[in-house]
Amino acid sequence: MKPNIKYRLGKSRFFKGLIIALSVLCTVPLFIILIYIFKEGFSKINWHFLVNMPKPVGEAGGGIANALVGSLLIVFYASLIAIPLGIMCGIYLSENRNTRLANWTRLSVDVLQGTPSIVMGIVVYFWVVKPLHTFSALSGSVALAIMMLPIVVRSTEETLKLLPDTLKEAGLALGLPYHKVILRIILPCGISGILSGVILAVARIAGETAPLLFTAFGNLYFSTNILKPMESLPLLIFNYATSAYDDWHNLAWGAALILLIWVLLLNIITKIITKKWRVQF
Amino acid sequence: MSNIMNAWKAAKIKRSVRQIRGEKIFRASLVLISLSILVIVVAFLFTLVIQSLPSIKALGFGFLYGKTWDPVHNIYGTYPFLLGTLLTSFLALIISIPFSFATAIFLGEYYPRGWFSDFLKNAIELIAAVPSVIYGFWGLFVLVPIVRSLELKIGVTPYGIGIFASSLILTIMIIPYAASLGREMVRMVPSSLKEAAYALGATRYEVIKNVILPYSRSGLLAGVLLSLGRALGETMAVTMVIGNTSVIPDSIFAPGNTMASVIANEFTEAASSLYLSALIEIGLVLFLVTVIINMVGKRIIKKFTSE
Repeated sequence: MKPNIKYRLGKSRFFKGLIIALSVLCTVPLFIILIYIFKEGFSKINWHFLVNMPKPVGEAGGGIANALVGSLLIVFYASLIAIPLGIMCGIYLSENRNTRLANWTRLSVDVLQGTPSIVMGIVVYFWVVKPLHTFSALSGSVALAIMMLPIVVRSTEETLKLLPDTLKEAGLALGLPYHKVILRIILPCGISGILSGVILAVARIAGETAPLLFTAFGNLYFSTNILKPMESLPLLIFNYATSAYDDWHNLAWGAALILLIWVLLLNIITKIITKKWRVQF
Repeated sequence: MSNIMNAWKAAKIKRSVRQIRGEKIFRASLVLISLSILVIVVAFLFTLVIQSLPSIKALGFGFLYGKTWDPVHNIYGTYPFLLGTLLTSFLALIISIPFSFATAIFLGEYYPRGWFSDFLKNAIELIAAVPSVIYGFWGLFVLVPIVRSLELKIGVTPYGIGIFASSLILTIMIIPYAASLGREMVRMVPSSLKEAAYALGATRYEVIKNVILPYSRSGLLAGVLLSLGRALGETMAVTMVIGNTSVIPDSIFAPGNTMASVIANEFTEAASSLYLSALIEIGLVLFLVTVIINMVGKRIIKKFTSE
Protein backbone atom coordinates (compact mmCIF):
# COMPACT_ATOMS: atom_id res chain seq x y z
CA MET A 1 0.00 0.00 0.00
CA LYS A 2 2.65 2.49 1.04
CA PRO A 3 5.01 3.18 -1.82
CA ASN A 4 8.62 3.66 -0.72
CA ILE A 5 10.35 7.00 -0.61
CA LYS A 6 12.34 6.46 -3.79
CA TYR A 7 9.15 5.93 -5.73
CA ARG A 8 7.55 9.02 -4.21
CA LEU A 9 10.55 11.22 -4.92
CA GLY A 10 10.72 9.91 -8.44
CA LYS A 11 7.08 10.76 -8.94
CA SER A 12 7.70 14.22 -7.57
CA ARG A 13 10.58 14.75 -9.92
CA PHE A 14 8.59 13.46 -12.88
CA PHE A 15 5.78 15.85 -12.02
CA LYS A 16 8.18 18.79 -11.88
CA GLY A 17 9.52 17.86 -15.30
CA LEU A 18 6.01 17.60 -16.67
CA ILE A 19 5.07 21.02 -15.30
CA ILE A 20 8.18 22.64 -16.78
CA ALA A 21 7.61 20.95 -20.14
CA LEU A 22 3.96 22.01 -20.34
CA SER A 23 4.58 25.60 -19.34
CA VAL A 24 7.46 26.02 -21.79
CA LEU A 25 5.31 24.42 -24.47
CA CYS A 26 2.61 27.07 -24.10
CA THR A 27 4.97 29.79 -25.24
CA VAL A 28 6.08 27.91 -28.35
CA PRO A 29 3.07 28.88 -30.51
CA LEU A 30 3.62 32.53 -29.59
CA PHE A 31 7.18 32.48 -30.89
CA ILE A 32 6.23 30.50 -33.96
CA ILE A 33 3.59 33.12 -34.76
CA LEU A 34 5.88 36.07 -34.06
CA ILE A 35 8.70 34.65 -36.16
CA TYR A 36 6.34 33.73 -38.99
CA ILE A 37 4.77 37.19 -39.11
CA PHE A 38 8.20 38.84 -39.03
CA LYS A 39 9.49 36.56 -41.77
CA GLU A 40 6.48 37.11 -44.05
CA GLY A 41 5.95 40.77 -43.28
CA PHE A 42 9.48 42.12 -43.15
CA SER A 43 10.21 41.83 -46.85
CA LYS A 44 7.02 43.71 -47.72
CA ILE A 45 7.64 46.76 -45.60
CA ASN A 46 9.44 49.74 -47.08
CA TRP A 47 8.80 53.43 -47.50
CA HIS A 48 6.66 52.81 -50.56
CA PHE A 49 4.47 50.41 -48.55
CA LEU A 50 3.81 53.00 -45.86
CA VAL A 51 2.93 56.00 -48.03
CA ASN A 52 1.06 54.46 -50.97
CA MET A 53 -2.46 53.22 -51.50
CA PRO A 54 -3.36 49.56 -52.09
CA LYS A 55 -3.13 48.64 -55.77
CA PRO A 56 -6.00 46.85 -57.51
CA VAL A 57 -5.83 43.08 -57.87
CA GLY A 58 -3.27 41.95 -60.42
CA GLU A 59 -0.77 44.72 -59.81
CA ALA A 60 2.06 43.93 -57.47
CA GLY A 61 3.18 46.45 -54.87
CA GLY A 62 0.98 49.06 -53.35
CA GLY A 63 0.81 50.20 -49.77
CA ILE A 64 -1.45 50.62 -46.82
CA ALA A 65 -1.39 54.37 -46.23
CA ASN A 66 -5.17 54.60 -45.94
CA ALA A 67 -5.34 51.91 -43.27
CA LEU A 68 -2.41 53.31 -41.32
CA VAL A 69 -3.84 56.81 -41.16
CA GLY A 70 -7.36 55.46 -40.56
CA SER A 71 -6.23 53.29 -37.68
CA LEU A 72 -4.38 56.17 -36.06
CA LEU A 73 -7.38 58.49 -36.40
CA ILE A 74 -9.95 55.99 -35.13
CA VAL A 75 -7.82 55.09 -32.12
CA PHE A 76 -7.06 58.75 -31.47
CA TYR A 77 -10.73 59.76 -31.38
CA ALA A 78 -11.59 56.74 -29.25
CA SER A 79 -8.92 57.78 -26.75
CA LEU A 80 -10.22 61.33 -26.80
CA ILE A 81 -13.62 60.05 -25.66
CA ALA A 82 -12.58 57.30 -23.30
CA ILE A 83 -9.59 58.69 -21.40
CA PRO A 84 -11.24 61.69 -19.67
CA LEU A 85 -14.43 59.74 -18.95
CA GLY A 86 -12.52 56.73 -17.68
CA ILE A 87 -10.20 58.72 -15.42
CA MET A 88 -13.08 60.74 -13.92
CA CYS A 89 -15.06 57.59 -13.29
CA GLY A 90 -12.00 55.95 -11.73
CA ILE A 91 -11.58 58.94 -9.42
CA TYR A 92 -15.20 58.68 -8.33
CA LEU A 93 -14.86 54.96 -7.62
CA SER A 94 -11.70 55.36 -5.55
CA GLU A 95 -13.12 58.34 -3.64
CA ASN A 96 -16.51 56.79 -2.92
CA ARG A 97 -15.84 53.16 -2.17
CA ASN A 98 -19.17 52.05 -0.81
CA THR A 99 -21.93 54.28 -2.09
CA ARG A 100 -24.76 52.65 -3.97
CA LEU A 101 -23.81 54.42 -7.19
CA ALA A 102 -20.21 53.21 -6.86
CA ASN A 103 -21.31 49.62 -6.52
CA TRP A 104 -23.63 49.85 -9.52
CA THR A 105 -20.98 51.58 -11.59
CA ARG A 106 -18.41 48.94 -10.65
CA LEU A 107 -20.87 46.28 -11.78
CA SER A 108 -21.41 48.12 -15.08
CA VAL A 109 -17.68 48.35 -15.66
CA ASP A 110 -17.43 44.58 -15.09
CA VAL A 111 -20.26 44.01 -17.56
CA LEU A 112 -18.53 46.15 -20.19
CA GLN A 113 -15.26 44.31 -19.63
CA GLY A 114 -16.94 40.96 -20.24
CA THR A 115 -18.92 42.03 -23.29
CA PRO A 116 -17.90 40.28 -26.52
CA SER A 117 -16.49 42.82 -28.94
CA ILE A 118 -18.84 41.80 -31.75
CA VAL A 119 -21.85 42.73 -29.58
CA MET A 120 -20.26 46.13 -29.04
CA GLY A 121 -20.36 46.56 -32.82
CA ILE A 122 -24.06 45.67 -33.02
CA VAL A 123 -25.08 48.16 -30.36
CA VAL A 124 -23.00 51.03 -31.70
CA TYR A 125 -24.46 50.30 -35.14
CA PHE A 126 -27.87 51.23 -33.72
CA TRP A 127 -26.56 54.15 -31.67
CA VAL A 128 -24.45 55.93 -34.27
CA VAL A 129 -24.60 54.33 -37.72
CA LYS A 130 -28.40 54.12 -38.00
CA PRO A 131 -29.10 57.73 -36.92
CA LEU A 132 -26.37 59.09 -39.23
CA HIS A 133 -27.46 56.78 -42.10
CA THR A 134 -23.88 55.89 -42.95
CA PHE A 135 -20.99 53.82 -41.67
CA SER A 136 -18.45 56.19 -40.19
CA ALA A 137 -15.09 56.38 -38.50
CA LEU A 138 -16.85 58.18 -35.66
CA SER A 139 -19.00 55.15 -34.91
CA GLY A 140 -15.89 52.96 -34.91
CA SER A 141 -14.27 55.31 -32.42
CA VAL A 142 -17.34 55.19 -30.19
CA ALA A 143 -17.31 51.39 -30.20
CA LEU A 144 -13.60 51.28 -29.38
CA ALA A 145 -14.04 53.97 -26.71
CA ILE A 146 -16.60 51.82 -24.92
CA MET A 147 -14.12 48.95 -25.05
CA MET A 148 -11.37 51.14 -23.61
CA LEU A 149 -13.45 52.51 -20.75
CA PRO A 150 -13.33 49.52 -18.36
CA ILE A 151 -9.53 49.24 -18.60
CA VAL A 152 -8.97 52.96 -17.96
CA VAL A 153 -11.51 53.05 -15.12
CA ARG A 154 -10.06 49.99 -13.42
CA SER A 155 -6.43 51.07 -13.65
CA THR A 156 -7.26 54.57 -12.37
CA GLU A 157 -9.27 53.20 -9.47
CA GLU A 158 -6.67 50.61 -8.48
CA THR A 159 -3.83 53.14 -8.68
CA LEU A 160 -5.57 55.84 -6.66
CA LYS A 161 -6.57 53.32 -4.00
CA LEU A 162 -2.87 52.74 -3.32
CA LEU A 163 -2.28 56.38 -2.38
CA PRO A 164 -2.37 57.06 1.37
CA ASP A 165 -5.19 59.21 2.76
CA THR A 166 -2.62 61.47 4.42
CA LEU A 167 -1.80 63.00 1.03
CA LYS A 168 -5.35 64.14 0.55
CA GLU A 169 -5.74 65.20 4.18
CA ALA A 170 -2.61 67.35 4.00
CA GLY A 171 -4.01 69.18 0.98
CA LEU A 172 -7.42 69.69 2.55
CA ALA A 173 -5.85 70.88 5.83
CA LEU A 174 -4.06 73.64 3.92
CA GLY A 175 -7.45 74.85 2.75
CA LEU A 176 -7.25 73.64 -0.85
CA PRO A 177 -10.61 73.03 -2.50
CA TYR A 178 -11.47 69.42 -3.23
CA HIS A 179 -11.03 69.56 -6.99
CA LYS A 180 -7.54 71.04 -6.63
CA VAL A 181 -6.56 68.33 -4.16
CA ILE A 182 -7.65 65.68 -6.64
CA LEU A 183 -6.32 67.27 -9.83
CA ARG A 184 -3.09 68.75 -8.47
CA ILE A 185 -2.07 66.26 -5.78
CA ILE A 186 -3.77 62.90 -6.14
CA LEU A 187 -3.68 62.56 -9.94
CA PRO A 188 -0.01 63.58 -10.37
CA CYS A 189 0.97 61.09 -7.65
CA GLY A 190 -0.76 58.26 -9.44
CA ILE A 191 0.03 59.38 -12.98
CA SER A 192 2.32 56.47 -13.85
CA GLY A 193 -0.27 53.86 -12.95
CA ILE A 194 -3.00 55.69 -14.85
CA LEU A 195 -0.74 56.24 -17.85
CA SER A 196 0.18 52.57 -18.09
CA GLY A 197 -3.51 51.67 -17.91
CA VAL A 198 -4.28 54.10 -20.72
CA ILE A 199 -1.49 52.80 -22.95
CA LEU A 200 -2.57 49.23 -22.29
CA ALA A 201 -6.11 50.18 -23.27
CA VAL A 202 -4.87 51.76 -26.51
CA ALA A 203 -2.83 48.64 -27.28
CA ARG A 204 -5.89 46.52 -26.65
CA ILE A 205 -8.19 48.44 -29.00
CA ALA A 206 -5.60 49.03 -31.72
CA GLY A 207 -5.96 45.43 -32.83
CA GLU A 208 -9.72 45.10 -32.43
CA THR A 209 -11.51 44.16 -35.61
CA ALA A 210 -14.94 42.86 -34.65
CA PRO A 211 -16.42 46.15 -33.37
CA LEU A 212 -15.29 47.92 -36.55
CA LEU A 213 -16.99 45.55 -39.01
CA PHE A 214 -20.36 47.29 -38.84
CA THR A 215 -19.14 50.72 -37.76
CA ALA A 216 -15.96 52.02 -39.47
CA PHE A 217 -16.65 49.39 -42.16
CA GLY A 218 -13.45 49.92 -44.14
CA ASN A 219 -12.73 52.00 -47.19
CA LEU A 220 -10.67 51.26 -50.30
CA TYR A 221 -9.75 54.91 -50.64
CA PHE A 222 -7.92 57.43 -48.54
CA SER A 223 -10.22 59.26 -46.16
CA THR A 224 -9.78 61.44 -43.12
CA ASN A 225 -13.44 62.40 -42.79
CA ILE A 226 -14.72 60.98 -39.52
CA LEU A 227 -18.29 60.98 -40.78
CA LYS A 228 -17.40 58.65 -43.66
CA PRO A 229 -16.32 55.00 -43.65
CA MET A 230 -12.63 54.61 -42.92
CA GLU A 231 -10.11 51.82 -43.42
CA SER A 232 -8.10 50.52 -40.49
CA LEU A 233 -5.23 48.05 -40.14
CA PRO A 234 -7.19 45.18 -38.53
CA LEU A 235 -10.01 45.53 -41.07
CA LEU A 236 -7.55 45.56 -43.95
CA ILE A 237 -5.85 42.43 -42.61
CA PHE A 238 -9.18 40.66 -42.25
CA ASN A 239 -10.50 41.62 -45.68
CA TYR A 240 -7.27 41.00 -47.59
CA ALA A 241 -6.35 37.80 -45.73
CA THR A 242 -9.69 36.21 -46.55
CA SER A 243 -9.53 37.31 -50.19
CA ALA A 244 -8.26 34.96 -52.88
CA TYR A 245 -5.40 37.05 -54.28
CA ASP A 246 -1.72 36.67 -53.52
CA ASP A 247 -1.02 40.39 -53.96
CA TRP A 248 -3.58 41.18 -51.31
CA HIS A 249 -2.21 38.49 -49.01
CA ASN A 250 1.18 40.17 -49.29
CA LEU A 251 -0.30 43.52 -48.30
CA ALA A 252 -2.01 41.82 -45.36
CA TRP A 253 1.26 40.25 -44.14
CA GLY A 254 2.95 43.63 -44.17
CA ALA A 255 -0.01 45.23 -42.39
CA ALA A 256 -0.02 42.42 -39.82
CA LEU A 257 3.63 43.04 -39.02
CA ILE A 258 3.04 46.78 -38.61
CA LEU A 259 0.05 46.17 -36.34
CA LEU A 260 2.02 43.63 -34.33
CA ILE A 261 4.97 45.99 -33.87
CA TRP A 262 2.61 48.78 -32.85
CA VAL A 263 0.86 46.63 -30.23
CA LEU A 264 4.11 45.13 -28.91
CA LEU A 265 5.74 48.56 -28.60
CA LEU A 266 2.80 49.88 -26.58
CA ASN A 267 2.98 46.84 -24.29
CA ILE A 268 6.71 47.29 -23.78
CA ILE A 269 6.23 50.98 -22.98
CA THR A 270 3.65 50.01 -20.35
CA LYS A 271 6.13 47.55 -18.85
CA ILE A 272 8.85 50.19 -18.68
CA ILE A 273 6.53 52.75 -17.10
CA THR A 274 5.32 50.39 -14.39
CA LYS A 275 8.88 49.31 -13.66
CA LYS A 276 10.51 52.75 -13.63
CA TRP A 277 7.88 54.84 -11.92
CA ARG A 278 5.95 52.49 -9.76
CA VAL A 279 3.39 54.18 -7.50
CA GLN A 280 4.93 53.54 -4.09
CA PHE A 281 4.23 54.79 -0.60
CA MET B 1 -7.17 101.56 5.99
CA SER B 2 -10.52 99.90 6.75
CA ASN B 3 -11.38 100.44 3.11
CA ILE B 4 -8.45 98.31 2.05
CA MET B 5 -9.31 95.69 4.64
CA ASN B 6 -12.88 95.54 3.36
CA ALA B 7 -11.80 95.21 -0.22
CA TRP B 8 -9.37 92.45 0.77
CA LYS B 9 -12.11 90.62 2.67
CA ALA B 10 -14.51 90.96 -0.23
CA ALA B 11 -11.93 89.56 -2.62
CA LYS B 12 -11.28 86.69 -0.26
CA ILE B 13 -14.97 85.87 0.03
CA LYS B 14 -15.35 86.07 -3.73
CA ARG B 15 -12.49 83.67 -4.19
CA SER B 16 -13.79 81.14 -1.71
CA VAL B 17 -17.24 81.35 -3.29
CA ARG B 18 -15.62 80.58 -6.61
CA GLN B 19 -13.69 77.71 -5.15
CA ILE B 20 -16.75 76.26 -3.48
CA ARG B 21 -18.58 76.49 -6.77
CA GLY B 22 -15.69 74.77 -8.54
CA GLU B 23 -15.73 72.07 -5.91
CA LYS B 24 -19.44 71.53 -6.38
CA ILE B 25 -19.15 71.36 -10.14
CA PHE B 26 -16.28 68.89 -9.84
CA ARG B 27 -18.14 66.63 -7.44
CA ALA B 28 -21.27 66.78 -9.57
CA SER B 29 -19.37 65.90 -12.74
CA LEU B 30 -17.74 62.92 -11.03
CA VAL B 31 -21.17 61.60 -10.06
CA LEU B 32 -22.58 62.37 -13.49
CA ILE B 33 -19.84 60.55 -15.35
CA SER B 34 -20.11 57.48 -13.13
CA LEU B 35 -23.83 57.56 -13.66
CA SER B 36 -23.31 57.79 -17.42
CA ILE B 37 -21.38 54.50 -17.43
CA LEU B 38 -24.28 52.88 -15.66
CA VAL B 39 -26.63 54.44 -18.22
CA ILE B 40 -24.47 53.16 -21.10
CA VAL B 41 -24.76 49.60 -19.85
CA VAL B 42 -28.51 49.81 -19.25
CA ALA B 43 -29.01 51.38 -22.68
CA PHE B 44 -26.79 48.68 -24.14
CA LEU B 45 -29.02 45.89 -22.85
CA PHE B 46 -32.12 47.89 -23.75
CA THR B 47 -30.96 48.37 -27.36
CA LEU B 48 -30.25 44.66 -27.78
CA VAL B 49 -33.63 43.64 -26.34
CA ILE B 50 -35.62 46.19 -28.35
CA GLN B 51 -33.90 45.32 -31.61
CA SER B 52 -34.35 41.60 -31.11
CA LEU B 53 -38.04 41.90 -30.11
CA PRO B 54 -39.35 41.21 -33.64
CA SER B 55 -37.44 37.95 -33.74
CA ILE B 56 -38.37 37.00 -30.16
CA LYS B 57 -42.03 37.60 -31.00
CA ALA B 58 -41.99 35.84 -34.34
CA LEU B 59 -39.82 32.87 -33.46
CA GLY B 60 -40.23 32.30 -29.72
CA PHE B 61 -38.17 29.60 -28.06
CA GLY B 62 -37.96 27.55 -31.25
CA PHE B 63 -35.25 30.02 -32.18
CA LEU B 64 -32.82 28.36 -29.78
CA TYR B 65 -33.30 24.74 -30.82
CA GLY B 66 -34.35 25.12 -34.47
CA LYS B 67 -31.96 23.05 -36.56
CA THR B 68 -32.00 24.99 -39.83
CA TRP B 69 -30.76 28.47 -40.54
CA ASP B 70 -32.07 29.50 -43.93
CA PRO B 71 -32.59 33.27 -44.25
CA VAL B 72 -33.72 32.92 -47.87
CA HIS B 73 -36.80 31.01 -46.71
CA ASN B 74 -37.10 32.94 -43.46
CA ILE B 75 -36.21 29.95 -41.27
CA TYR B 76 -34.10 30.90 -38.32
CA GLY B 77 -32.85 28.22 -35.94
CA THR B 78 -29.65 28.87 -34.03
CA TYR B 79 -28.91 25.34 -32.88
CA PRO B 80 -25.99 24.94 -35.36
CA PHE B 81 -24.34 28.09 -33.98
CA LEU B 82 -24.97 27.21 -30.34
CA LEU B 83 -23.40 23.83 -31.01
CA GLY B 84 -20.50 25.41 -32.89
CA THR B 85 -19.81 27.87 -30.09
CA LEU B 86 -20.01 25.22 -27.38
CA LEU B 87 -17.86 22.73 -29.30
CA THR B 88 -15.08 25.19 -30.12
CA SER B 89 -15.06 26.77 -26.66
CA PHE B 90 -15.10 23.60 -24.61
CA LEU B 91 -12.65 21.78 -26.84
CA ALA B 92 -10.29 24.75 -26.49
CA LEU B 93 -10.88 24.82 -22.74
CA ILE B 94 -10.12 21.14 -22.31
CA ILE B 95 -6.90 21.37 -24.31
CA SER B 96 -5.80 24.57 -22.58
CA ILE B 97 -6.40 23.54 -18.95
CA PRO B 98 -3.32 21.31 -18.50
CA PHE B 99 -1.14 24.04 -20.00
CA SER B 100 -2.58 26.93 -18.04
CA PHE B 101 -2.56 25.04 -14.73
CA ALA B 102 1.00 23.89 -15.35
CA THR B 103 2.05 27.48 -16.01
CA ALA B 104 0.21 28.64 -12.89
CA ILE B 105 1.98 26.04 -10.73
CA PHE B 106 5.33 26.68 -12.39
CA LEU B 107 5.18 30.45 -11.85
CA GLY B 108 3.37 30.34 -8.52
CA GLU B 109 5.18 27.50 -6.78
CA TYR B 110 8.34 26.22 -8.49
CA TYR B 111 9.90 29.43 -9.78
CA PRO B 112 8.11 32.50 -8.42
CA ARG B 113 11.07 34.76 -9.38
CA GLY B 114 14.22 34.79 -11.46
CA TRP B 115 14.90 35.58 -15.10
CA PHE B 116 13.22 32.51 -16.50
CA SER B 117 10.00 33.09 -14.63
CA ASP B 118 10.04 36.75 -15.72
CA PHE B 119 10.53 35.65 -19.29
CA LEU B 120 7.68 33.13 -19.10
CA LYS B 121 5.39 35.63 -17.40
CA ASN B 122 6.02 38.25 -20.09
CA ALA B 123 5.56 35.69 -22.85
CA ILE B 124 2.19 34.66 -21.41
CA GLU B 125 1.13 38.30 -21.25
CA LEU B 126 2.23 38.77 -24.85
CA ILE B 127 -0.01 35.92 -25.96
CA ALA B 128 -2.96 37.92 -24.65
CA ALA B 129 -1.72 41.10 -26.32
CA VAL B 130 -1.48 39.81 -29.91
CA PRO B 131 -4.60 40.96 -31.83
CA SER B 132 -7.05 38.20 -32.66
CA VAL B 133 -7.09 39.04 -36.35
CA ILE B 134 -3.39 38.14 -36.46
CA TYR B 135 -4.12 34.77 -34.85
CA GLY B 136 -6.80 34.23 -37.47
CA PHE B 137 -4.50 35.20 -40.31
CA TRP B 138 -1.72 32.92 -39.09
CA GLY B 139 -4.22 30.14 -38.43
CA LEU B 140 -5.60 30.39 -41.94
CA PHE B 141 -2.20 30.19 -43.64
CA VAL B 142 -0.17 27.96 -41.31
CA LEU B 143 -2.38 26.01 -38.96
CA VAL B 144 -5.11 25.06 -41.45
CA PRO B 145 -2.71 23.28 -43.85
CA ILE B 146 -1.25 21.38 -40.89
CA VAL B 147 -4.72 20.36 -39.71
CA ARG B 148 -5.56 19.34 -43.28
CA SER B 149 -2.60 16.97 -43.54
CA LEU B 150 -3.50 15.58 -40.11
CA GLU B 151 -7.05 14.95 -41.32
CA LEU B 152 -5.71 13.20 -44.40
CA LYS B 153 -3.68 10.91 -42.17
CA ILE B 154 -6.56 9.91 -39.93
CA GLY B 155 -8.88 9.52 -42.88
CA VAL B 156 -11.59 12.13 -42.43
CA THR B 157 -12.64 14.65 -45.06
CA PRO B 158 -9.68 17.05 -45.26
CA TYR B 159 -11.38 20.43 -44.95
CA GLY B 160 -8.56 21.92 -42.90
CA ILE B 161 -10.76 24.77 -41.80
CA GLY B 162 -13.42 23.91 -39.26
CA ILE B 163 -14.26 23.35 -35.61
CA PHE B 164 -10.96 21.63 -34.80
CA ALA B 165 -8.73 24.34 -36.29
CA SER B 166 -10.75 27.03 -34.49
CA SER B 167 -10.39 25.19 -31.20
CA LEU B 168 -6.62 25.02 -31.61
CA ILE B 169 -6.38 28.75 -32.27
CA LEU B 170 -8.67 29.47 -29.33
CA THR B 171 -6.55 27.24 -27.09
CA ILE B 172 -3.51 29.40 -27.69
CA MET B 173 -5.51 32.59 -27.15
CA ILE B 174 -7.19 31.66 -23.85
CA ILE B 175 -4.23 30.13 -21.99
CA PRO B 176 -3.06 33.48 -20.52
CA TYR B 177 -6.37 34.18 -18.77
CA ALA B 178 -6.41 31.05 -16.64
CA ALA B 179 -2.63 30.98 -16.28
CA SER B 180 -2.03 34.46 -14.90
CA LEU B 181 -4.98 34.33 -12.51
CA GLY B 182 -4.03 30.82 -11.42
CA ARG B 183 -0.50 32.02 -10.69
CA GLU B 184 -1.82 34.67 -8.29
CA MET B 185 -4.01 32.11 -6.58
CA VAL B 186 -1.25 29.49 -6.21
CA ARG B 187 0.97 32.19 -4.75
CA MET B 188 -1.62 33.03 -2.10
CA VAL B 189 -1.48 29.59 -0.48
CA PRO B 190 -0.12 30.27 3.04
CA SER B 191 3.40 28.90 3.50
CA SER B 192 2.50 27.59 6.96
CA LEU B 193 0.20 25.06 5.31
CA LYS B 194 2.88 23.97 2.85
CA GLU B 195 5.52 23.78 5.56
CA ALA B 196 3.26 21.69 7.76
CA ALA B 197 2.89 19.18 4.93
CA TYR B 198 6.64 19.13 4.28
CA ALA B 199 7.22 18.58 8.02
CA LEU B 200 5.00 15.53 7.84
CA GLY B 201 7.33 14.16 5.17
CA ALA B 202 5.37 14.98 2.03
CA THR B 203 7.22 15.30 -1.26
CA ARG B 204 6.79 18.38 -3.41
CA TYR B 205 4.31 16.61 -5.67
CA GLU B 206 2.26 15.55 -2.66
CA VAL B 207 2.26 19.10 -1.30
CA ILE B 208 1.02 20.42 -4.65
CA LYS B 209 -1.59 17.72 -4.99
CA ASN B 210 -2.88 17.67 -1.40
CA VAL B 211 -2.34 21.24 -0.19
CA ILE B 212 -1.90 23.77 -2.99
CA LEU B 213 -4.46 22.52 -5.50
CA PRO B 214 -7.29 21.98 -2.98
CA TYR B 215 -6.59 25.36 -1.37
CA SER B 216 -6.56 27.32 -4.62
CA ARG B 217 -9.29 25.26 -6.30
CA SER B 218 -11.92 28.00 -6.47
CA GLY B 219 -9.41 30.53 -7.78
CA LEU B 220 -8.29 28.18 -10.51
CA LEU B 221 -11.92 27.61 -11.42
CA ALA B 222 -12.44 31.36 -11.71
CA GLY B 223 -9.53 31.54 -14.13
CA VAL B 224 -11.08 28.79 -16.22
CA LEU B 225 -14.38 30.69 -16.29
CA LEU B 226 -12.65 33.86 -17.51
CA SER B 227 -10.97 31.80 -20.24
CA LEU B 228 -14.33 30.35 -21.20
CA GLY B 229 -15.88 33.81 -21.37
CA ARG B 230 -13.11 34.88 -23.72
CA ALA B 231 -13.50 31.79 -25.89
CA LEU B 232 -17.28 32.18 -26.24
CA GLY B 233 -17.07 35.79 -27.38
CA GLU B 234 -14.00 35.52 -29.60
CA THR B 235 -14.95 36.53 -33.12
CA MET B 236 -12.25 37.27 -35.64
CA ALA B 237 -9.83 34.38 -35.24
CA VAL B 238 -12.71 31.91 -35.26
CA THR B 239 -14.49 33.55 -38.19
CA MET B 240 -11.36 33.26 -40.30
CA VAL B 241 -10.74 29.54 -39.75
CA ILE B 242 -14.10 27.92 -39.00
CA GLY B 243 -15.39 27.73 -42.56
CA ASN B 244 -18.70 29.57 -42.06
CA THR B 245 -21.32 27.05 -43.04
CA SER B 246 -24.66 27.16 -41.29
CA VAL B 247 -25.26 23.43 -41.11
CA ILE B 248 -24.93 21.28 -38.03
CA PRO B 249 -21.33 20.02 -37.90
CA ASP B 250 -21.27 16.21 -38.03
CA SER B 251 -17.81 15.85 -36.46
CA ILE B 252 -15.26 18.09 -34.81
CA PHE B 253 -13.34 18.21 -38.08
CA ALA B 254 -16.28 19.60 -40.05
CA PRO B 255 -16.63 23.30 -40.86
CA GLY B 256 -19.30 25.18 -38.94
CA ASN B 257 -20.17 28.57 -37.53
CA THR B 258 -20.25 30.06 -34.06
CA MET B 259 -22.67 32.64 -32.72
CA ALA B 260 -20.06 35.37 -32.99
CA SER B 261 -18.89 34.38 -36.46
CA VAL B 262 -22.39 34.24 -37.96
CA ILE B 263 -23.01 37.80 -36.74
CA ALA B 264 -19.69 38.96 -38.17
CA ASN B 265 -20.44 37.37 -41.54
CA GLU B 266 -24.09 38.14 -42.08
CA PHE B 267 -24.91 41.33 -40.17
CA THR B 268 -24.19 43.75 -43.01
CA GLU B 269 -25.89 41.49 -45.56
CA ALA B 270 -29.13 40.96 -43.63
CA ALA B 271 -31.78 42.08 -46.08
CA SER B 272 -35.04 41.59 -44.18
CA SER B 273 -35.75 43.08 -40.78
CA LEU B 274 -36.53 39.67 -39.29
CA TYR B 275 -33.15 38.39 -40.47
CA LEU B 276 -31.37 41.33 -38.83
CA SER B 277 -33.40 40.93 -35.69
CA ALA B 278 -32.57 37.22 -35.49
CA LEU B 279 -28.87 38.05 -35.72
CA ILE B 280 -29.26 40.60 -32.93
CA GLU B 281 -31.03 38.03 -30.79
CA ILE B 282 -27.99 35.78 -31.20
CA GLY B 283 -25.93 38.74 -30.03
CA LEU B 284 -28.22 39.19 -27.03
CA VAL B 285 -27.86 35.53 -26.03
CA LEU B 286 -24.09 35.73 -26.48
CA PHE B 287 -23.96 38.91 -24.40
CA LEU B 288 -25.99 37.45 -21.53
CA VAL B 289 -24.05 34.18 -21.44
CA THR B 290 -20.58 35.75 -21.46
CA VAL B 291 -21.54 38.43 -18.95
CA ILE B 292 -22.96 35.85 -16.53
CA ILE B 293 -19.87 33.64 -16.84
CA ASN B 294 -17.59 36.61 -16.27
CA MET B 295 -19.63 37.77 -13.29
CA VAL B 296 -19.51 34.35 -11.63
CA GLY B 297 -15.75 34.22 -12.22
CA LYS B 298 -15.23 37.66 -10.70
CA ARG B 299 -17.44 36.82 -7.71
CA ILE B 300 -15.33 33.75 -6.99
CA ILE B 301 -12.10 35.76 -7.23
CA LYS B 302 -13.48 38.39 -4.87
CA LYS B 303 -14.54 35.81 -2.33
CA PHE B 304 -11.23 34.00 -2.61
CA THR B 305 -9.05 37.10 -2.22
CA SER B 306 -11.02 38.60 0.67
CA GLU B 307 -10.84 35.45 2.77
